[in-house]
Amino acid sequence: MSRSALTGTRIRARRTLRGIRQTDLARRVGVSPSYLNLIEHNRRKVSAPLLSALATALGVSADALVEDSDARLVEGARAAALRSDTDLGELERIDELIGRFPGWAAVLADTHARVERLERVVEQLNDRMTHDPYLGDALHEIISAVTSVQSTAAILNDDDALAPEWQDRFHQNILDDSGRLAEGAVALVNYIDSAKTGETGIAAPQEEVEAWLARQEFHLDIAERPSLDGAEAYLATQVELASGAARQLAATWLAQMYADAQAIPLRALRDGLAEHGMAPDVLAAHFACGLDVVLRRLAHLPPAFRTELGLPVAGLAICDMSGTLLFRRPVEGFPFPRFGGGCPLWPLYQALRQPHMPLRTKLVTAGRMGRRFTAYAMAAVTGPARLDAPPVLRATMLLLPEEGQGPDSAAIAVGASCRTCPQLDCAARREPSILVAGG
Amino acid sequence: MVQKRVLVIEDEPNISEAIRFILTRNGWQVDVEADGFAALARLRSAPPDALILDLMLPDMDGFEILRNLRAEAPTRDLPVLMLTAKGQVADRDLAAKLGVTRFMTKPFANAEVVSALHDMVAS
Repeated sequence: MSRSALTGTRIRARRTLRGIRQTDLARRVGVSPSYLNLIEHNRRKVSAPLLSALATALGVSADALVEDSDARLVEGARAAALRSDTDLGELERIDELIGRFPGWAAVLADTHARVERLERVVEQLNDRMTHDPYLGDALHEIISAVTSVQSTAAILNDDDALAPEWQDRFHQNILDDSGRLAEGAVALVNYIDSAKTGETGIAAPQEEVEAWLARQEFHLDIAERPSLDGAEAYLATQVELASGAARQLAATWLAQMYADAQAIPLRALRDGLAEHGMAPDVLAAHFACGLDVVLRRLAHLPPAFRTELGLPVAGLAICDMSGTLLFRRPVEGFPFPRFGGGCPLWPLYQALRQPHMPLRTKLVTAGRMGRRFTAYAMAAVTGPARLDAPPVLRATMLLLPEEGQGPDSAAIAVGASCRTCPQLDCAARREPSILVAGG
Repeated sequence: MVQKRVLVIEDEPNISEAIRFILTRNGWQVDVEADGFAALARLRSAPPDALILDLMLPDMDGFEILRNLRAEAPTRDLPVLMLTAKGQVADRDLAAKLGVTRFMTKPFANAEVVSALHDMVAS
């Protein structure tokens, strides 16, 4: 049965769906009920003006009542039927299904399309698991560390008469491998999270911007120039900024860096650093500017400049009032989560409770191989002052690496995110860690 | 009784140290190489009684080493236990095709390695 012959069936289906009696619809469109009955049983063709009147009366477009508008549904339902193992003798009645139950047919076609999309994702992930060199290497690294830990722990456990020097040596090996294991697990989680964007093949705009900044070691020469003329053309040529949203976001950060450079020009910053060192609060007083400006400036120093002055790479995190991370400049030993919020114990979030109050906190990353940092954080109101509206705050945290490793009673133990944090008895924990069984 | 000699080709120092300790404790004389080329030279000059071979090595992988060993008369029948983090079927098949004696995936139980080595040499 051709679809063109099914217009009547669709008219009938729409009419019954709306609970309109045949006689009432006939009256509304100016034909006799018996003529409409013939049309609905596909025994009379419908003229264009009548089709239009019927469509209006039924509250649908005329296209919805004729064949071509249903082509997608037909193809979708047919594809679903052909993929099924069920012997569908009703396949030839597919037009009737669509004519009578267009909503259900749409559900069937959409479900089938979704299954196909998901199957493609599964294939991609499977392919990735099998052939992805990074994943292979990451898993190899983790399995090697696990092997070493397991084998060494078994020796320590089984051999009561183990000489003290061997005991020390094996304990050290386990400690080293545990550190490798934790780092490998974090890297793997971040990587697997990143694969989730593979479904669309597009990274989030924020990630595009961060990849672009990372390539330039988070310093933009263009932000140090006297003006931002030509910035738009410059951003258009940056390969990492693939999406319009990413370019727009990059323009915002570039404008921020430019404003910061205007507030503290590089040469002055260099003199200030030579005089005061990496002391953000002192530098803010020296330059008579906000601490947040100094924090951002210190995280975006030119690499050559850092080398010359012997300054460390500083990490930077910026979040809004919801705690969402807007900007991440990673620093070794303190990996930021790619998705979701960070550790609730970060001073970044504490700063939101006390706007304009600068905080300095010693941090150590949780775990036996914990890395130490000094964090400087402050939240400030952004945008113009508005009456009768909540203030919009943004918190900034700079992380400066410190000497030493391992737990430090004078420091607050924090994680990157709950998923990769080994601190189990943490009151702030919001989800289980993957680093323990059952996590 | 003459001590049996085993060569361990493994680039992870902590793993090779653990293996060396376990096997030494079980009466083996253990040599370790982390590099495939150096290991091949040692195997040619003084073939051991058994070989423990990691699959993923820098420069020359375990398959390549095994291929070389099986092509040369002195090491054609050398018992080889391949230890690897790669446990995929294709790797097992290739290792079998190249003439591996035993294939074991990491992480392994220490006793399993000792027992596998013992069985290989005994048979």
